[in-house]
Amino acid sequence: MSFFTPENLEKAKVLVGLYPDRRSALIPLCHLAQGQRGHLSHEAIEEIAELLEIQPAEVMGTASFYDMLHTEDVGKYLVGVCTNVACLLGGGQELLDHASDVLGVSPGGTTEDGMFTLEEVECVAHCDKAPCAQVNYRYFGPLGNGDFDTLVDDLKNDRLSESVPPHGVLSRVFRDAPPMVPLEIIHQERRKMDEAKKARLAAQNPDAGGKQ
Amino acid sequence: MSTKIVTARVGVKDSHTIAAYIEHGGYKALRKALLEMTPEEVQAEVTASGMLGRGGAGFETGRKWSMLKQDLVKYLVVNGDESEPSTFKDHLLVENDPHQLVEGTLITAYAIGASRAFIYLRGEFAFGLERVQAAINEAYAYGAVGGNIFGSGFSVDLVLQPGAGAYICGEETALIESLEGKRGYPRIKPPYFPAVIGLYGAPTIVNNVETMSNVPWIVTNGGKAFAALGKGRSTGTRLFALSGDVMRPGNYELEMTSKTFRELIYDSDLGGGLKEGRSVKAVIPGGVSAPWIGPDNLDLPLGQDEVAQAGSMLGSGSIIVLDDHSCAVRAAWRITKFFNRESCGQCTPCREGSGWIEKIMHRIEMGSGTESDLDLVLDACDNIAPGLTWPPQQTTICVLGPSIPSSVVSAIKMFRDEFMIHIKEEGCPFVH
Amino acid sequence: MSTDAPQNLITISVDGKEIHAKSGELLIEAAEKAGIFIPRFCFHNRLPQVGVCRMCLVEVKGPRGFALQPSCYLPVADGMEVITDSEKVKKAQDGVLEFLLINHPLDCPTCDKGGECPLQDQTLTFGPGESRFIEEKRHWEKPIAISKLVFLDRERCIQCDRCTRFADVVAGDALIEFFGRGDHTEVNVFPERPFTSYFSGNTVQICPVGALTASPYRFKARPWDLSQVESSCTTCSMGCRIMVQSSQNQLTRYLGLDSDSVNHGWLCDKGRFGFEAVNSPERVTAPLARKDDDYVETTWAGALSQVVEKIGEAKAAGDSHRIGFILGSRLTNEDMYAWVKLAKGVIGTDNVDLNMGDGLKGSIVAGLPRATINEAVSSKAILAFTGDIKEEIPVLFLRLREAVKAGRTKLVTIGTRANSLDGLSEATARIGIDELKSFARGLLKDGSEFGEIGAVLSSQGVGSDGDGLVVLLGRENLSVDQSVAEAFALELARALPKARFLITLRSTNFSGGTDLGAAPGLLPGRSLLGDVSEALAERWVTTPSHAGLSVEGMLKSALRGELDLIFVVGADPRADFIDSELANAALDEVDFVVSVDTYMSETSSRADLVLPAAAFAEKSGTTTNFEGRIFTLNQKVTPPGVCRPDWIIASEIALEMGEDLGFGSSSEVLDEIAAVSQLHWGLSWSRLTAAATVEGALVPLSPTALSIRRRAMLDQVSTPGIASVWNQGLAQSKTAYLDVDSADGSIDPASRAVQGIGLPEPLWPMEAIQPAGSLSLDYIRKLYSRGEHLTRSPHLSELIVKPKCRISYDTAKQLGVKTGESVRIIDTGGGEASFEAEVDDAVKEGAVELIHGSFLVSGFSPVRADKAVNYVKVERA
Repeated sequence: MSFFTPENLEKAKVLVGLYPDRRSALIPLCHLAQGQRGHLSHEAIEEIAELLEIQPAEVMGTASFYDMLHTEDVGKYLVGVCTNVACLLGGGQELLDHASDVLGVSPGGTTEDGMFTLEEVECVAHCDKAPCAQVNYRYFGPLGNGDFDTLVDDLKNDRLSESVPPHGVLSRVFRDAPPMVPLEIIHQERRKMDEAKKARLAAQNPDAGGKQ
Repeated sequence: MSTKIVTARVGVKDSHTIAAYIEHGGYKALRKALLEMTPEEVQAEVTASGMLGRGGAGFETGRKWSMLKQDLVKYLVVNGDESEPSTFKDHLLVENDPHQLVEGTLITAYAIGASRAFIYLRGEFAFGLERVQAAINEAYAYGAVGGNIFGSGFSVDLVLQPGAGAYICGEETALIESLEGKRGYPRIKPPYFPAVIGLYGAPTIVNNVETMSNVPWIVTNGGKAFAALGKGRSTGTRLFALSGDVMRPGNYELEMTSKTFRELIYDSDLGGGLKEGRSVKAVIPGGVSAPWIGPDNLDLPLGQDEVAQAGSMLGSGSIIVLDDHSCAVRAAWRITKFFNRESCGQCTPCREGSGWIEKIMHRIEMGSGTESDLDLVLDACDNIAPGLTWPPQQTTICVLGPSIPSSVVSAIKMFRDEFMIHIKEEGCPFVH
Repeated sequence: MSTDAPQNLITISVDGKEIHAKSGELLIEAAEKAGIFIPRFCFHNRLPQVGVCRMCLVEVKGPRGFALQPSCYLPVADGMEVITDSEKVKKAQDGVLEFLLINHPLDCPTCDKGGECPLQDQTLTFGPGESRFIEEKRHWEKPIAISKLVFLDRERCIQCDRCTRFADVVAGDALIEFFGRGDHTEVNVFPERPFTSYFSGNTVQICPVGALTASPYRFKARPWDLSQVESSCTTCSMGCRIMVQSSQNQLTRYLGLDSDSVNHGWLCDKGRFGFEAVNSPERVTAPLARKDDDYVETTWAGALSQVVEKIGEAKAAGDSHRIGFILGSRLTNEDMYAWVKLAKGVIGTDNVDLNMGDGLKGSIVAGLPRATINEAVSSKAILAFTGDIKEEIPVLFLRLREAVKAGRTKLVTIGTRANSLDGLSEATARIGIDELKSFARGLLKDGSEFGEIGAVLSSQGVGSDGDGLVVLLGRENLSVDQSVAEAFALELARALPKARFLITLRSTNFSGGTDLGAAPGLLPGRSLLGDVSEALAERWVTTPSHAGLSVEGMLKSALRGELDLIFVVGADPRADFIDSELANAALDEVDFVVSVDTYMSETSSRADLVLPAAAFAEKSGTTTNFEGRIFTLNQKVTPPGVCRPDWIIASEIALEMGEDLGFGSSSEVLDEIAAVSQLHWGLSWSRLTAAATVEGALVPLSPTALSIRRRAMLDQVSTPGIASVWNQGLAQSKTAYLDVDSADGSIDPASRAVQGIGLPEPLWPMEAIQPAGSLSLDYIRKLYSRGEHLTRSPHLSELIVKPKCRISYDTAKQLGVKTGESVRIIDTGGGEASFEAEVDDAVKEGAVELIHGSFLVSGFSPVRADKAVNYVKVERA
């Protein structure tokens, strides 16, 4: 084990413990790894596989299914412009073309300074602010070309570090809760619930139990 | 002023915090359920409310719960993977009233006897994830979740699960696969009905965020009060997410059937109408999986059965308006591109068909289509959704398949002339 | 619903025709049995269904009328109404094929699968005439090597999930996976983690397109150039059924046949690709006589007269026991019998054995109550004390894995070290050699130290007499003498008289050889030397006067100068005998060594005379797997040069001595076996080939053993490459095999009662004392441990394991070595050798793991034949 920082390794272990089956922690762990390095490196995948007790190919197979998990390096800011139908009606395609011109990269590309990765994204549920864009999964819209230029300028000059977190969607999500109630105890409780229910039903239907 | 249920606290200062939530009556319903009601009584209220699921399929919530296979191990999964294009209602709820969602989830966990509850939230909702996790943390500190909740003897833990960007995970069985740490491949039904074989093979209830958010109100006010709102099978209120070519796009919580499409689009406190001089060309109700409806149907009330009778669906409650300056071909092409990008790739017709249909549609929009392409694209659609009927049949595993043809078929049926202009003039006649 | 269905069957309607099916059976299979073939790609009868290709859609009546349903995913239910030939079904199938083809390259003329491709065949039968797709197809880099044996062409892949499902679900090696999403889904491996599964070749066999190809077969042949025969793999003792294919008298490919009793269609890669060794240019093709330090080719006549001369000299020097026979696993039953008859029945020596110190005494193998594989996998519980099954008998590992995962049985494993079965086990116990006796005696009694193991067995319902328990018995750790495993087995058999044993030794035909008397003290038919039957007496010139020696005994005897002539037949004791020092020193002492071999092995390259033998697929005969099941082996190619089958060589030697062994063909040898051995009563070549060849015949025969059985039909899409060679194209609803159930009335169960030879008292060796400063030794096997078979197969030879010494982290720390550094190992005889160290905590502390067969160092043998337990000293080099 060498990829996760000690602090993140602790978090990873907590995440693994949240599920009846440890593989369920796969996506959260991938987010955690991206938060640490920006993308999901092979090294990270190998370590996640070890934590989940599965093969790296299985982690890769799952991770590569999801658009947010990047196995290649990405920029500091992941800029996603929506061109789905509501944004399209509001000029989303034109905004994407503009973004491409301004950043000097095609969708999927990363600027040479490693600052921005531009993506064409599907609906991000901000259709009332069409056309909209997301930066590290924080939303901006409606965006005219000028608004977009200002946004880029603000990002470049660190004026949005408060509202736009570093890349890694879970970077500000921390579970701060007491240890989980063990499932065995839960199941004891549920057994009692089931018995109480049976007793109630029997009380409602006093005949039901006696009938053959 | 119509009744507001799920958005009652939207706009309240710090509505996302537990302090504000409690001040406005929060967690009373959970206390009432746990301390004064049996699980069956909670279920009975929800059944009495007649609430239809708010995710898209519109199945009665109480009936769904009653179909849960009775086993010792059961799970509750809240579907917050809101990804249906132009649907943005759950996103409003998780950011502005996460405690309402948490409370509804906990009440439901109690009602169905879940061993553990999971809220699966779309990965892109980074802000929503922060809000919901903070709410869960606060709820733990408050004693509303975890061991022996409110001294009731009932315990349940609540886990927030982030998605990672895949539309298909909104399909409940794909969501379960994703929650199991796998590729989001929908399972084949039968036999994989979640209520019988769900998460980790155990009986599982999957409910939408908005559905869960209604539950505290139903417990507090009673199922009857909920059923008194709306008409027929469409009870309670719904969040309608209005977008596209309207002046005031946004989320509107309305009593079901109380308004028509026309009122939603044109009322000044709702959609506020269209741009000067424009008229409605088509409406895509219920998400992009739904067939389009034309201006002739604008007086339909916003109700489940009313829209179904017109050959479409209310679905997720999203409504996209296309005005007469928008290109139907382009809109339909963009929707097929969406499905092509989001097809999980598991079964052949959807994996291969979505890409082919997108290519043909793109060709037509770009001006290099031929008239025979229209028959070709319809036939390819027919091989995914045989008969091109509504409700559709399908050659695919899940309903993403037959969703692909919806827009294509609607657009060709309603705007064949427009397609012919693209073909004859070798390009799109609209300015964009 | 219907009342006229036979018992336990239900009635469904398919295309208006009423058919009977088993409740819960899949519709696609039920229909096929009734002669209605529904096209398919992803469906495979030995894999869990996924229903993804959608090729098998048919109309099924539901509450809302007829709807399209995947027939591979739908269990039949009484009264079900199905339509498979409507316009709607045809359109759906047409549509699926068109969708599959839009991105499929049109490179059939250069594709290995061309001519045996389910996509090609089903497109011709069910598909559209021409494509309406005019866009650019999807592109991927053309074939990439995902391992040394397997190439992947992602452009041809149709995402049927067969290979990935096999790797994950059947083999448990999820090294290939789907990556990406939607129409950019690809199968691939994780970077730097190749598809090194021992079972990778199966994915090539079941691929329904040309996406996966095997490097040993790529561009070698076309199906219409091939011809084939059924046979059994003889790489290990499992006996997996195979189809042997050749082109122009060269073996080109083995494909797994689906045998319900044995391999379920699967093969391991070592078996599958070992055919290259038969084609090797390094074969011995003529008799070679030693001349000084070299060999000269000689004639059979010259060689035979020299052999007989030497036999005469040895006999003259004393008695016939100055002659010994070391028989090897290559031999068919007919070969075994011929050599045994020559040795015991003509020459009169009982010095005949095939245990290279890595097996068990023949008399114990013959005496233990046996179980079959199918009985084991459906038993209440299995207790394993055996070598690593995955490394030694890989396909048995798949059978066990499947049964355990499906919950059909539970497995418990005991041993001195980690084993691949641990991961499948309900409970495992690390056990010391000195604890085995009390373990065996107290297993199902209260107060056992190994209560956890006993508790699993009890909770599974194993009786206190062992009823319902199957014991996998092998050589768990080759550093421990066989007498320990033998005593353990005898102790268990005594404590649990109803427990049955599956003897999981790797050596190919040890079971057949033992049954035919290829062990000291035994005669054919699991009978003792003294029990000479009338039938035997009629056919044998003589029988040995007294019991002879094991291989170990012969070698020790040779060292004392008491052996003048030794026949080494299909064996390589200099490399393979467990104590290689003893073998080499002893063979150097023997006056005359005759080696009957296929290659110049360590032993044959120092023999006095080498006789060229026919190899696998160059002769017909039978073989017996470790459960006692007899399979046919068929000749496919002619042997090179003047190589001859062993039974002929033995016969010729006898003739040269003036005796006629009495058979002119291998089937006549089998007839004689059936005549002299009560165990083999009723067997004949014609019966074996006419009846259940795929399932073989378990001896002793039961009335149904040779019946023509209902068997898995040959699904031409499940097993492309076999049906195509028969049919040269897809032959719908043509069932390649008979499908009736009938008993052979001529076999009377009463007539073939075989008397057991009884079991001796357990004899535990003296307790071993670990010398101060030594480490215990884990002496193990790997699938790719060096061997003639591997070194002569170009593609497999790349996989041969390197000699390595594995130690735990703590041990390494104490020795002050790191992975990659060199250590010196000193054996108890003072021999030493240097090894590269590999630090791995899978090895227990205080132990050294070495791989048997991975090295051959003069003077060094980590295991010494006279030690009950072997220890070694390890130093930093």
